[in-house]
Amino acid sequence: MTYAVELRGVSKRFGEVVAVESLDLAIDDGEFFSLLGPSGCGKTTTLRMIAGFEYPTEGSLAIHGTEMALQPPNQRPVNTVFQSYALFPHMTIAENVGFGLLMQKVAKSEISTRVDRALDMVQLSQRKGATPDKLSGGQQQRVALARALVNEPEVLLLDEPLGALDLKLRQQMQIELKELQERVGITFVYVTHDQEEALTMSDRIGVMSDGRLLQVGDATEIYERPTSRFVADFIGDINLLPAAITGPGVVTLAGTTPVSAPSAVAGNAANWLALRPEQLHLIRHDEIVPDDRNSISGTVNNRVYFGDSYYYVVATPVGALDVRQENRPGLALHDPGTSVHVWWHPDAAAMVLE
Amino acid sequence: MTSEQRTAALIAEPGLEAAATAADRKRGLLLALPAYVYLLLFFVLPFLIVFVYSFATRSATGATRLSDWNLLAYQKLFDSLVVQIVWRSFWIASLTTIICLVMAYPFAYYIATRRPAVRNVLLVLVMIPFWSNFLIRTYAWRFILGTDGPIATLTDALGMEPVRLLFTNAAVMIGLVYGFLPFMVLPLYAAIERLDWSLVEAARDLYASGWSAFRKVTLPLTRSGIIAGSLLVFVPSFGAYVTPAILGGSKDLLLGSYIVTQFQQARNWPFGSALSIVVMVFMLAALMIRARTGAEEV
Repeated sequence: MTYAVELRGVSKRFGEVVAVESLDLAIDDGEFFSLLGPSGCGKTTTLRMIAGFEYPTEGSLAIHGTEMALQPPNQRPVNTVFQSYALFPHMTIAENVGFGLLMQKVAKSEISTRVDRALDMVQLSQRKGATPDKLSGGQQQRVALARALVNEPEVLLLDEPLGALDLKLRQQMQIELKELQERVGITFVYVTHDQEEALTMSDRIGVMSDGRLLQVGDATEIYERPTSRFVADFIGDINLLPAAITGPGVVTLAGTTPVSAPSAVAGNAANWLALRPEQLHLIRHDEIVPDDRNSISGTVNNRVYFGDSYYYVVATPVGALDVRQENRPGLALHDPGTSVHVWWHPDAAAMVLE
Repeated sequence: MTSEQRTAALIAEPGLEAAATAADRKRGLLLALPAYVYLLLFFVLPFLIVFVYSFATRSATGATRLSDWNLLAYQKLFDSLVVQIVWRSFWIASLTTIICLVMAYPFAYYIATRRPAVRNVLLVLVMIPFWSNFLIRTYAWRFILGTDGPIATLTDALGMEPVRLLFTNAAVMIGLVYGFLPFMVLPLYAAIERLDWSLVEAARDLYASGWSAFRKVTLPLTRSGIIAGSLLVFVPSFGAYVTPAILGGSKDLLLGSYIVTQFQQARNWPFGSALSIVVMVFMLAALMIRARTGAEEV
């Protein structure tokens, strides 16, 4: 089968600086794929290579099986939604949306119907005569989407398109984008540094750091079974404890405390035990830990109120642990200085590599 | 006084805010005052004098009498000789502007797309000619274009017909382009440097070829620089005096020299004044076109 986008051994160097290092990536047709990573990790450079704004230093890049690595952007069946929207300030909304069709020499009457349909899709038909500066950020975002989608590209590239919007609007647009993608069935390649955005919208996520692709998987794989310390740490909050595998399903924390971890297999080089704060339970030291659970005793250092939850920092012999307790009626609170047990289900822990 | 009392005091006297604002305004005017006085004394006043003189009477001896106000000077503007001179000056100024634009745009684009360090070096190079006297530089052209100059020597060596450039309109245009090219490069550079390149990328992404992206996006979005540069070249070219006086011929009179002639040899001050008003009207028209097209300042 051919992939919508396939990169093989792609590197990009700017002089001495390596932006992307031997990247292998295959994105399925119709998939919502996110490239996630901190700024400077190479995700935007990767997107720009797919768009044609940068040419790879090495490697091959195919779109639906056709080699495109060195094609100029106007000869690729992809369109981009830019971070700053990049709407043409000297054109009306309708002219902006129709620009791609005009450049492809589509007949005037067809341009007009397709522009109308695209603006209907993003509920902006009333504003077709306005110039971009008269529109709000959210509306400009929709115009940028319509301007790209009206061309019916094989792949839509989105470069942090929600970054400039405020929180409420961003959350609303996340849902709209996902619905839109399912409706039009076009492959989306979405670049973001916001892990929540990536988790909520994507079919699959590729996590990048320092120009390398560290892990590719769906949201639950990335969140619950990270393979590297970086991925575990970058996505959400996590406790990372130095750990050595001392037997099948057994790891020893800080050289002293053995706990069970089914994901630990002998011969695995993983050396960190990763525990999400919300997977940890907190009880008083005189309460009983349920059977077949791992536990460590410690002292509450700090408690922070987050509205929907309480965050505890608990000092233990194996290191400080962040614990998150969902806020609901009847929740027992533990004051700083009290002795407690922290316990968790063995399956809740993941073993990750440095 | 508690803060509530203080608030109450301010609300009780609403005039305080207006008075403070007015005081700020007055201080602002003080900053502009020297420039206002200067412009009034050395621009508005002389202009009014010229305007008044254009309606005065020229006596048989060439003296100007500030009486018997008339429109004779303005009637004389429609003499075929005068129309010819204005028309020729207009054409030379227009051609100079177009040549400057065509040469400066690619160069300004080139500068604006270099690394910042290279950019600054190139900008300094553009401005280097300003460090020496304009008159001397124009006289240098007299040598370059003259019968003993490098161009004549080259055409001689190649056995070609001798090219006679000095004292022609072509020489005037070469001199004007040479003198005013930096005034075109700098505003164009400023406009291109400010361009949001993601817009050009967006155009390329939307199937525009390099040329279409330039024509549909880069060019319209750098229009302010084109208009500003064209005005800065056209306006001084139209009334130019020094360059035509040094490089131009005596046959093909241009407006600048013609005005000087009226004030000196011909001793017809009212007519010279009327001609000056014509130049002013052209320049005002050009400025109004600029205002109308809504170009931002550069």
